[in-house]
Amino acid sequence: MKPYIFNIQKFSLHDGPGIRTTVFFKGCPLRCKWCHNPESQCFEPAGDLYTVRELIKILKKDQIFYDQSGGGVTLSGGEVMAQDMDYVEEILKALNREGISVVIDTSGYGKTEDFDRIFSHADLFLYDLKTIKEEVHKEYTGVSNERILKNLKYLSDQGATIELRMIMVKGVNMDQETIEETITWLKKENIKLNGITLLPYHEFGREKYKKLGRECTQNFEKSSEEELLHVKKQLETAGYPVKVHN
Amino acid sequence: MAETTFSCNPRSDRNERKDRGSTDRIKNLRRISVFESEPCISMERAVLLTEAYKKYEGCVSAPVLRGLAFKHIMENRTLYIEKGSIIVGEKGHKPWAAPTFPELCCHTLEDFDNMNQREKVFFRVSEEDKRIQRDVIIPYWKERAMMSKMDRLLPKEWHKLFQAGLYTEFLMQRGPGHTVADGKIYQKGYFDFYHEIQAQIDGLDYNNDLDALDKKEEWEGMKLVCEGMMIFGERYAALARELAEIEEDLQWKKELLELAEVCDVVPKHAPRTFRQAVQMYWFTHIGVTVEMNNWDAYSPGKLDQHLEPFYEKELDDGTLTRDEAKEILESLWVQFNNQPAPPKVGITLKESATYTDFCNINTGALRPDGGCGVSDLSYLILEVMDEMKLLQPSSNVQISRKSPEKFLREAIKISRKGWGQPAFYNSEAIIQELLYLGKSLDDARESGIASGCVETGTAGKEAYVLTGYLNVPKVFELVMNRGFDTYTGKQVAPDQGDLRTFTSYKEVFEAFYRQLKYVVDVKVAGNNVIEKMYMKEMPVPLLSVITDDCIKSGKDYNAGGARYNTSYIQCVGIATITDSLAVMKKHVFEDKTMSMDELVHACKDDFHGHERILDLVYNQTPKYGNDDDYADDLLKDVAQALQDAIAGRRTPKGSKTVVEFLPTTCHVYFGQVMGASPNGRHAGVALPDGISPEKGADRFGPTAVIKSASKLDQLKTGGALLNQKFTPKVIEGEEGISHVAALIRSYFAMDGHHIQFNVIDKETLLDAQKHPQEYENLIVRVAGYSDYFNNLDRALQDEIINRTEQSF
Repeated sequence: MKPYIFNIQKFSLHDGPGIRTTVFFKGCPLRCKWCHNPESQCFEPAGDLYTVRELIKILKKDQIFYDQSGGGVTLSGGEVMAQDMDYVEEILKALNREGISVVIDTSGYGKTEDFDRIFSHADLFLYDLKTIKEEVHKEYTGVSNERILKNLKYLSDQGATIELRMIMVKGVNMDQETIEETITWLKKENIKLNGITLLPYHEFGREKYKKLGRECTQNFEKSSEEELLHVKKQLETAGYPVKVHN
Repeated sequence: MAETTFSCNPRSDRNERKDRGSTDRIKNLRRISVFESEPCISMERAVLLTEAYKKYEGCVSAPVLRGLAFKHIMENRTLYIEKGSIIVGEKGHKPWAAPTFPELCCHTLEDFDNMNQREKVFFRVSEEDKRIQRDVIIPYWKERAMMSKMDRLLPKEWHKLFQAGLYTEFLMQRGPGHTVADGKIYQKGYFDFYHEIQAQIDGLDYNNDLDALDKKEEWEGMKLVCEGMMIFGERYAALARELAEIEEDLQWKKELLELAEVCDVVPKHAPRTFRQAVQMYWFTHIGVTVEMNNWDAYSPGKLDQHLEPFYEKELDDGTLTRDEAKEILESLWVQFNNQPAPPKVGITLKESATYTDFCNINTGALRPDGGCGVSDLSYLILEVMDEMKLLQPSSNVQISRKSPEKFLREAIKISRKGWGQPAFYNSEAIIQELLYLGKSLDDARESGIASGCVETGTAGKEAYVLTGYLNVPKVFELVMNRGFDTYTGKQVAPDQGDLRTFTSYKEVFEAFYRQLKYVVDVKVAGNNVIEKMYMKEMPVPLLSVITDDCIKSGKDYNAGGARYNTSYIQCVGIATITDSLAVMKKHVFEDKTMSMDELVHACKDDFHGHERILDLVYNQTPKYGNDDDYADDLLKDVAQALQDAIAGRRTPKGSKTVVEFLPTTCHVYFGQVMGASPNGRHAGVALPDGISPEKGADRFGPTAVIKSASKLDQLKTGGALLNQKFTPKVIEGEEGISHVAALIRSYFAMDGHHIQFNVIDKETLLDAQKHPQEYENLIVRVAGYSDYFNNLDRALQDEIINRTEQSF
């Protein structure tokens, strides 16, 4: 069954290395309060349907730029792992055949057997971890983080290349204790990471909530540069390379 | 928004710093040039020219007359030496003083008032200037000026189309040019050229060479200009010594004597040092641009390669340091900046509304043997460009497959500071373009250059003449209006039929082609008239001395003496017509969502009251710039039509006509003379520049634009200009450079000819908020992603504006 794709964005510079084309799937099982793509959340049909062949044809258009820049295609959304896995696997295999690098941007909220199906076809996972604290996770995303953590460990054990992405929301997940707990867990489970990227919370999606006729849940304070650097330092001290996005 | 590369006001240097320059001396010279000089008319040349003509016209042949006039000017003109300068020579009596060329265009007193009073690209005219013009110049030149004669000699049809804005005519107010120096002036002086020429005269066989007299006269003219050049140098040496005599500042006194020694050598003899080489170029530049006001003045071409032997030798033997070389180059940059383009009036002003004279330096090009030409001097020139931040000379880089990544990255670093330089040219494309036109590989490699604007040529061996711009979308408008032009209110072209009776898209395209052929035929016929006039009456012996093979052939640069001769027609608005044809094909003939009648009416009404039609044409039509084959295939059809109509015609002096795509500011004028176009472009709105997509047409970012642009067969043209706009954040940091480098390499791998990046600053973003329709393809970095500025809500726009740097 073809999934709905609500955007195919060329010249994506921040969804993995090089110049990429990012495919945004519709529908996500999470409802993060800080989400800046709220239009991607519900599974209601919106956007376009493509056969695998049609989609690959579009994605191949920028192949010369991928080659020159070390870029490729990024699957994102919404949530990739909540889509039809037959379709996703076919796309991945087709991209592999074309020699196009694949990055998967995921919340980790999916079935482990689905991750198992596809991980060997991806070159890099941009893996979101909202917070290690279960109760906090439930409150702000609407779901438990149990399977997210489970899948992270699974991917790491299988040798997948993972860049952990942590959105930094003041008052929710930036405090010293949460970070410590995160580090402890990562070490305990022997999670191997390429690096960690901190994404400071921003409110650039406010208009979208209005347009959808929804109440805007982006009501957080912005963190300061020092607060971000503090978290960065904590993680670096623990031995992880850290980038701060802006 | 007009692209930011050319500015109408020298003081619109966006960087407010008044202290650019690597040394105090240069800071001072630059400050004077940029902030303390006022553009004005210089009457001196016209006066001296008139004296010479009054004495000799009618008594001698045209080349000798031009030679005598040039010599007389150089013998008597004012020489200017700015205190502290290293390189000397001005076109006029002082910096920013523009000489006039009444032999081409005799300005009226109204023209002078206009120049004095207009807000943009003004030139101050004094009462004395006006008096001279009125009492001396106009009486002699009014009927003699080429422009007046052209007016009489060009046929009625030509005038109709010209007034209607179908094309422009470059050669009405300025001479044929767009030419670039090769390396010969660094190996020979004008004394050497003189003897070469004399030898040719001595070898004439009047019995068997039926062109003997014409050749002799041309050679005599060449000898005279060589004398003029040598006198120029000698006078400068004498002046420097005179000034040194009375100079109290010991340092400057010493420097004046050094300057005199430089002028003892050049331009009479070949330069022996780095400084002399630079001065040799500059003297030549002044000579060429005083002889005639050629378009694009003159350009040094592969300056890094020409100066390299001097540079390396003197660095090795310790007689020059890198910093000293830098200072000498910076002084040269100031001299370039001091020479505004000759003042223009009328339509010529509209097609080129700028002080820039389009002098162009190509850095990092391939060597004659095909090897990579990037040297320390190439990097040094980039540094000078970056430090001096001047509109002139236009500094550009050639990128080849062999260019080191570092060179590309350094160039991008400067380019992203936002003021439009350097632009990037594709060495391999240039060579292939030249080969396609039948040039030898050796010549293509040695001299393959992109000159003044964007176009390709062989430096020092070619006369490549731009003859004017062609308003391609307006040709189509004439088809829609059955040959009637609403701008002038006249029937200016044939009626190619009532589109409403056409039953297929094919018929529409064929009608377009017929009209195109008609317009091009008229334009080329006019070109031929003008070319013949220049051949007979307006030779340029100095330019001929330094362009192969004029000395050998005894023929002038303007008469086919160069080894290669090319005549360019620049096509403007290809995106507009492509998208317009897409509307016709898809909506009128395929999907039948509108009738031809509805579409034609909608255009006539500028879409007011036709919202349904506007939405369809604007939002529901495939457009060029989106990597969409439907539209891009139509682009190829239009390009082929232009090739079929234009390319390969032979001109009187033996040139081949060639198509190219570059606009300067003409796309603005061409839009002003047009009504609304079928693609949704409103009446009077500027056309897109070069091969850039129509405003608002490209919706998928730069990779899609570049893919579309690459589908045009650029190797069969003389060049194509592509502009891409970003905000600084989009291309920030080392990663940002990598992304831009990838875009350039990809485009060039697909044979793209040229690309330049305009990076938008805070001021422009504020303007974009006020006038979103002007900025429909502006991309900005939001937060971890990029988006079109117009798609962002107000608060977000404000946020981005606040964090965009103001100056670079």
